[in-house]
This record gives sequence, C-alpha cells and structure tokens, in this order.
Amino acid sequence: MSYVLEIKNVTKKFGDFKAVDSVSFDVEDGGFFSILGGSGCGKTTLLRMISGFEEVTKGELLIRGKSMEGIPPERRPVNIVFQNLALFPMMNVEKNVAFGLQRQRLPKSEVNTRVAEMLERVGLTGFEKKKVTELSGGQRQRVAIARSLVLRPSILLLDEPLGALDRKLREHMKVELKMLQKEIGTTFIYITHDQSEALVMSDRVAVMNEGRFEQIDTPKNLYKNPATSFVAGFVGESNEFDVTSYVDGELTTRNGCKLNKKDLDFQPGKLFMRPEAFILNPTEELEDIELINMKVKTILFDGSNTKISATIKQSQDEVLISLPQNAQFEDLQEGDDIQAGIHSDDIKCYRD
Amino acid sequence: MNKKGSTFYLLLIPVLLWLVVLIVTPHLDLMFRSFRLETDEGNMIFSLNNYLTFFQDKIYWLTFVKTALYSIFVTFLAFVVTFPVAFYLTKVVGKRYSGFMTLLLLIPIWIGELVTVYGWMILLRDNGVINNFLMRIGLIKSPIEMLFTNFSMTIGLLYMSMLFMIVPMMSALDSLDDSLIEAASDLGASKWTIFRQIIIPYTTPGIVSGGIIVFMLVIGDYVAPNILGGKSSLWFTEQIYNKFLASFNWSEGAAFGFLLLLLSSTIIWIALKLTGQKLERVGS
Repeated sequence: MSYVLEIKNVTKKFGDFKAVDSVSFDVEDGGFFSILGGSGCGKTTLLRMISGFEEVTKGELLIRGKSMEGIPPERRPVNIVFQNLALFPMMNVEKNVAFGLQRQRLPKSEVNTRVAEMLERVGLTGFEKKKVTELSGGQRQRVAIARSLVLRPSILLLDEPLGALDRKLREHMKVELKMLQKEIGTTFIYITHDQSEALVMSDRVAVMNEGRFEQIDTPKNLYKNPATSFVAGFVGESNEFDVTSYVDGELTTRNGCKLNKKDLDFQPGKLFMRPEAFILNPTEELEDIELINMKVKTILFDGSNTKISATIKQSQDEVLISLPQNAQFEDLQEGDDIQAGIHSDDIKCYRD
Repeated sequence: MNKKGSTFYLLLIPVLLWLVVLIVTPHLDLMFRSFRLETDEGNMIFSLNNYLTFFQDKIYWLTFVKTALYSIFVTFLAFVVTFPVAFYLTKVVGKRYSGFMTLLLLIPIWIGELVTVYGWMILLRDNGVINNFLMRIGLIKSPIEMLFTNFSMTIGLLYMSMLFMIVPMMSALDSLDDSLIEAASDLGASKWTIFRQIIIPYTTPGIVSGGIIVFMLVIGDYVAPNILGGKSSLWFTEQIYNKFLASFNWSEGAAFGFLLLLLSSTIIWIALKLTGQKLERVGS
C-alpha cells in the first residue's frame, strides 16, 4: 500500500509555543483519516501545514513521496473545505465550482463537462445558476466539496465543515460524506472535535492532545482499547476514577471503592469504566465479574440512550450506567437498590 | 399604531424642512433663473440663451470637458493610492493598531482644505521644500515649475478627497473573510487573480460609494483648482463663480450650475451601470 501523505517528526512553533510537537503519521491512499481533538490541540495548525498556509518549523511533509517544502498552497495537490466553507458570494454555483479548473487554463469545454459531472455527483444538477447565498446549509456544503473535488486532488482536507449545521442535517451529512468518499476514492483528511463524526466516518482516527498524537487507530480499537487515559476520557463516555493504591490485585479509588484487577505490571493512577460495560443484576455464572452495590440516584431518560446515575454504596462515588434496550428495567425508581457487575477486562487502568 | 404613526411624522419634519428649504427651493429658484433673460427694455422673458452661451463659447465647454476628465482621473488615482492603504489597515495590520492608524490618517480632515492647500504651496513652489531638496542633492540644476500647473492642481484635489475613499473601502474589506482569499489560493489562484477575481468584485460596492464621494467632491471643488491650479488650470466651478460674482450674470451662472449637476449625475449613472451597482446598495 502506498502512502499519499507522510508526516515525519513535524513540529510547528509560534514563538515559544509548540502548536504541533513532533508528530509523525502516514495516510494510506484512498482512506478516510480523521484527526480528533479539542479546541487548541493543534489539529487546525496541522491541517494548515498540509495545505501550505503554515510553514513547517521542523520535520518533513511528503505528499505522494514528494517533499512539500517551499511549495505554496496554490501548487499543492491538496484542497481544503473550510470550516465556514468560504464559498465566493459574488459567483453562482457553477462559477464557484469552475474557479479552480479555470486557474489551470483548461479548455472551456472540458471545464464545463467536469463541472457538470461533479455537480451531478453531489446532486446539485439544476442549481448551476443559483447564487450560493440562496442555498441551504447542506447544499452549500456540497458546493464547497464539489469545488475542491473537481480538481481531483490527491488529498481532500476538511476542517470541521459540519460544525455550522443543525444536528439532524449533520447526522445526514456524516453518512453522505462517507458514501461520497467510498464512491470517488479520494483520500479524505477530516479535522473535528466531534468524536461521533470521527468514529462514524473514518477508517482511521488520530486523537490529538496538546500538539501530540495520543493514538492512531481504527474507530473500533480506539473505543475498545484506548491507549492512554486521555483517549479513554475523550472518546466516548466513561466513568473516570483516581486510583490511590494497587495492592495484591486490588484497586482502591480515592473515595475507597475496591475493585479486583489482576496482573497489572504498573502502578495505575486512573481507571475508566464505560457506562454500557455494566451489567445490571448479573446472573451468578458469569466469570471475572466485579459486583458493586449501588443506589439509583436519578434516571436520565434519552430514548435508546437512557442512563441512570447511581451512587456506589461503598464509597459514595457516582457512576453513569446505560440501561439495556429491552424493557427489563423500565420500572426502576430513584432510590432503588441495585447490583451492577463489570468484567474486569472492562476496567481500563492507566498510569496517570 | 396611531401613536407610532405620529412619532414617525414628527421625526420626518426636520428632514423634510431641510430638504425643501435648503435644497429644493434654491434649486428651483436657480432653475427658473437659468431660463430667464432680461431684454433691453428690462423685461424678463423665457429663453434658452443662457444655455446657448455655453455651447457658443469654446472656452466654456473645453473647461467643462477638462473638469469631467480630470475628476474621473483624480477619482481613479484616489482608488490606486488608497486601496493598498485600506488593504494594509484591514488585512495586514492587527486589529490593535488599525484603529489608531486610521485615526492618524483622518487628521488632515480636521485641518481644513485651505490650510492644507497652502501647505502644498510651501512644498511645491520654485524655492519650496521639494525643489530645494532636489537641487541640494544635485538631481536638478534649476527649479522645476510645479506650482500653478495641472500637476499641482491634481495633487491638491487628490489630497483633499482621497481620505473619503478609504473609509467605505475599509469597511468593505473588513467584511471580506480572509478564508475567501485562502480558499482562492488553495484552488490554485495567483495573487493577481485573487485580487482581480475575489477582492475587487467583493469590494466593488465600497469602491463605487467611495468613488462617488470623491468624484462629487472633486468636480465641485473650488479651492484647490483656484489656488494650486492658478491661471493655466481652469475648472468649471471657477466659471460659475465668475458668472455669479465677477460679471453678476446670475442667469448664466445658474445655467452653468445646472450643466455641472447634469454632468456629474450622468457620469455617476454611467459608472453605476458599468459596475453593475445600484445606488441604494452603494449608499448604504
């Protein structure tokens, strides 16, 4: 498999501040790669270095094996879909999409065919003469993507383009973007702070924190086996506890809740438990199950995503627990006593 | 509803008074005057004679054409000179300094045209600052005649009017999102293409509204052409002034005034058509 993008020890400094701190990764051709991180983690800086709007302070950046040092944005085989889309308001849909092709001085007939093809692909045939200000949010989105894709870039960079859409449309566009990427096969690099966007669409996700990559993995592995405590806390929901001691295979949390966890070869500082990892009132025959007695504090009804907040009797710690989809626990009341079990593999421990 | 209506009309009164008393009435008076002619017997009769004078004497319509062309030229120069400044203040300098620098830029307006014009005289005259400097460094042997020429007049007009171009242009540039420039560059556009295809079309309303202000100020200015232009640089406002105050021919003066109004309105109308702008949009 060839790499379309290779990043080797790339660092970006603004004064003394390291926005991106010796990051290395490769992106395979034709993949959907996401960079997930909170605001200020350096993901936008990284994207701007790939597109050429920021210079690399240290390290190497190769696209299709070619160093991009000193090559300005207009000559790089990558295109960006900006966060605010940056459509040209004084041009209609057709002219927006044709803008890049015209810069390449292609014959008019070829420009026209390629624009028409691209508009058909994103489902905007018939909108050619419309002003971009007259379009809906989703349509503007598609114009922005078409405008970049029509140039057949090696990589399409997307800078949180779904951020401004309302929730329903965002859910819809997530699926649409993934399908579009599969269909045309261009490599997408997608920047987002929304973990659901990253998990749903990507083949691989890099989690970024304070200028560094914490983990690069498939969405499934990222969720199942977070490599660091940051990833465990950032991706998906999790109950987080400080661990104060680990003696003879027994963990003790700050408030005194004791849990068994065998064979750790380090002194853990934190543990994480996913809300859906708990089994309520487990049957006896399950093995390696930690049983915890709790009292239901509140019920957080949210349709298929309903949870309860419960207090651990032993330590007064609060935990969130997902309710199973069946109606088994429908008449659970606040103040009820309940026993919850968790498999010891689902207790994730980290050094810090 | 009723109460709201009465407030509306109450507030409309000053505007209407201002328009009717100070603008419409004198103009109507001038218009009637421009069509009147005093016969040898001292009777007033309707006549087109005042307007005919303009076309019969070559000096009048030559000045008229010159005024029009120079006004367009100065407006264009004002754009060329101020656009980089406006771009610098809005896009290059940070927000922190641009406010202060804009304030500095507007200081000449506080001083008044007459004073700045005399300032230019000190700079441009034969034994003035510029000539002295050029002779001192040995670039020229004898002073270059700069004052009382079309050159000095153009400079005076430009200096007096160009700041009025900057403000609307800056507000247009301010609303231009930087990501549009980056997007164009990302799509392969050169700096020149970005300027021509993105920045200029986007800021056209600001440029046109600034252009109209500059053009009107220049075409109707009297001080700079009269003082800096001297005898060799005739300006149409001077002809009007002479009609009213030198030869006391108010009828011809009024006719000339209307011709100037017609001229400036026509040029602005053509400019709006050419740039595809609407007056309401430019005015806001």
